[in-house]
Amino acid sequence: MADNKGILVVGEVAEGKLLPITAEILGAGRRLADELKEQLSCFLIGAQMGDAGKAAVAAGADKVYVADDAQLKDYENSTYMQVMEKAVAEVAPRIIIMGQTANGRDLAPRLAFKLGVSAVMDCLELAIDQATRLMQCTRAVYGGNAKAIFTSEAVPQIATVRTKASSPLAPDAGRKGDVVPFAVALDASKIKAKVLQMVKEEVAGIKIEDAAAVVAGGRGLGGPEPFSKELADLARILKGAVGASRPPCDNKWVPDSIQVGLTGKIIAPELYIAVGISGSSQHMSGCAGSKCIVAINKDPEANIFKEARFGVVGDWKVVLPAFMAKVKELLQ
Amino acid sequence: MNMIVCCKQVLDPEAAPSTFKLDAANNRMVQPPEVKPVINPYDEQAVEAALRIKDTDKAGNKVTIISLGNNLLRDVVKKPLSMGADELILLEDPAFEGGDSYAVASALAAAIKKVGPFDLIFCGRQESEWDDGQVGSGLAELLGIPSVTVAKKVEVQSGGTVKVERVVADGFQVLEVQYPALITVSNELGEARYATLKGIMAASKKQPIVWKPADIGVDKAGAAARKTRVVKLFQPVKEGKCDIISADSPAEAGALLAQKLRENKVI
Ligand SMILES: Cc1cc2nc3c(=O)[nH]c(=O)nc-3n(C[C@H](O)[C@H](O)[C@H](O)COP(=O)(O)OP(=O)(O)OC[C@H]3O[C@@H](n4cnc5c(N)ncnc54)[C@H](O)[C@@H]3O)c2cc1C
Ligand SMILES: Nc1ncnc2c1ncn2[C@@H]1O[C@H](COP(=O)(O)O)[C@@H](O)[C@H]1O
Repeated sequence: MADNKGILVVGEVAEGKLLPITAEILGAGRRLADELKEQLSCFLIGAQMGDAGKAAVAAGADKVYVADDAQLKDYENSTYMQVMEKAVAEVAPRIIIMGQTANGRDLAPRLAFKLGVSAVMDCLELAIDQATRLMQCTRAVYGGNAKAIFTSEAVPQIATVRTKASSPLAPDAGRKGDVVPFAVALDASKIKAKVLQMVKEEVAGIKIEDAAAVVAGGRGLGGPEPFSKELADLARILKGAVGASRPPCDNKWVPDSIQVGLTGKIIAPELYIAVGISGSSQHMSGCAGSKCIVAINKDPEANIFKEARFGVVGDWKVVLPAFMAKVKELLQ
Repeated sequence: MNMIVCCKQVLDPEAAPSTFKLDAANNRMVQPPEVKPVINPYDEQAVEAALRIKDTDKAGNKVTIISLGNNLLRDVVKKPLSMGADELILLEDPAFEGGDSYAVASALAAAIKKVGPFDLIFCGRQESEWDDGQVGSGLAELLGIPSVTVAKKVEVQSGGTVKVERVVADGFQVLEVQYPALITVSNELGEARYATLKGIMAASKKQPIVWKPADIGVDKAGAAARKTRVVKLFQPVKEGKCDIISADSPAEAGALLAQKLRENKVI
């Protein structure tokens, strides 16, 4: 594989549109490709993907392969692996980049091991080492307590990238690039699983990923009520969304889909208000990118105060109503 | 069902972040004396997933645990036995140290081949030290079996398939997968059961099987079998300049906080 060249980004499309993470990794891939002076190709796998190929060009790709097939509608790894194996054989890239999404984190290791290499998962930063032309990948380890830079000599180098870790290019509809269909004859005997159903558990209102303000609660809230009352009220006043640390999700106080953290949603709102959250490294991994973190916690030693910009030490039952009353007054 | 669960011994990931220390010169974490090793929490939930299947038909079900490492504490690695697992295999040797996901998955694959036929393998969705989330899928690829990752429910069906609920960003997928298969388990599965007194007694009497690299036929293990290299391990500096709002009462502090946010144009 010594002759492998260029960068291959595996993109994701929902309802005919590129996912934001795909634009982000195309941005990251473009920067690496320019440094290497090589091509950036993009694979889109799915069904009825509309103009997503053009959008991928506008987001930085030189060539986009579109594997559009009814059988590829739902992600399932033994099916998608067949496309990826053929894709890698055709493009022979030196670097493969995917998003650290439900699908990317499932597909990247399988593809890597198939190719006899290991992926570097959930990266925060990708760079090219000038001397070796190898990619160096920075990622968080030990729950976010430390970072490590990884590299590998084995080609292709494969990395997945965390949501919101890299910035997309400004979409440029005038960019030149080819969009070509990519046909795959799926071998039914290799398909080992089938998707029976997709169950959506979306919460009403603004999505936590898109909200400019997030009011999050932790184990310290003691039950489901404060989430539906105080936190929901405050989120409404701030035109934001309600989030949670893991224990409220595990305890079924709130839906799993609003968990913030390493294994939940990675968000970066303007304002993150953490109520009754101790600030574990795993939780902070999901919100450390916020512009302003505010903490309300009764324990002055809580780690959250090492991460927050503003804090109040006290029982949320007392602090929060007074805070909310004043916020309401100020925003009138 | 013949089931295998891969369980890693890790340093308690719930320890306060302030206890975390690095030996940066050697790209290593330092084990603080007050932080105790535990079974990786997701791996306990992987054991739970297997035991729930075992509960349905005790007679025909077997759960074997495999843990890879060095200096494994018997009290820690025996916990799955005290929860109800049947057998414990330790891949334990200094040569297993310093491996990446590729090295670990390769050794686990070799050990599983030696164990013999199986129906299901369970792993945690990720372990809490390197947070890689790669060994499960990688192991499935090395063994040539299907995998479903980040599962919250696993049910054996008739006809050689399992039904798995796989957590995705805004809900979950329901998949039907042919076994033998590998499944990685997430916290949404629900809490792992506690060890019972009876279980602890039984576990204390059981001797784990210990295999070294030569026993499973791998000539390169640990650091020697890595595919990736750590160029640098470091602890990012945190500025930590929290403005703690103090007032005569917590309620006043709350109101003052709102004012501060306004002054700083945060709201
Ligand atoms: C591999 C791995 C991945 C993980 N992923 C995630 C993740 O994605 N997201 C996540 O959140 N966690 C995650 N965790 C769990 C994480 O380690 C912590 O257990 C969790 O974040 C703790 O949540 P918490 O802060 O709500 O609870 P606790 O740590 O129990 O903190 C509760 C806080 O509430 C305060 N409090 C109590 N009562 C009051 C009151 N009346 N008023 C004010 N304050 C009060 C307490 O002082 C305390 O600080 C993960 C763990 C592992 C091992
Ligand atoms: N040393 C180990 N021994 C046993 N199982 C392991 C080991 N390392 C990883 N695993 C399994 O693989 C899963 C994912 O690990 P990782 O890819 O390192 O995050 C863990 O949750 C375990 O189930």
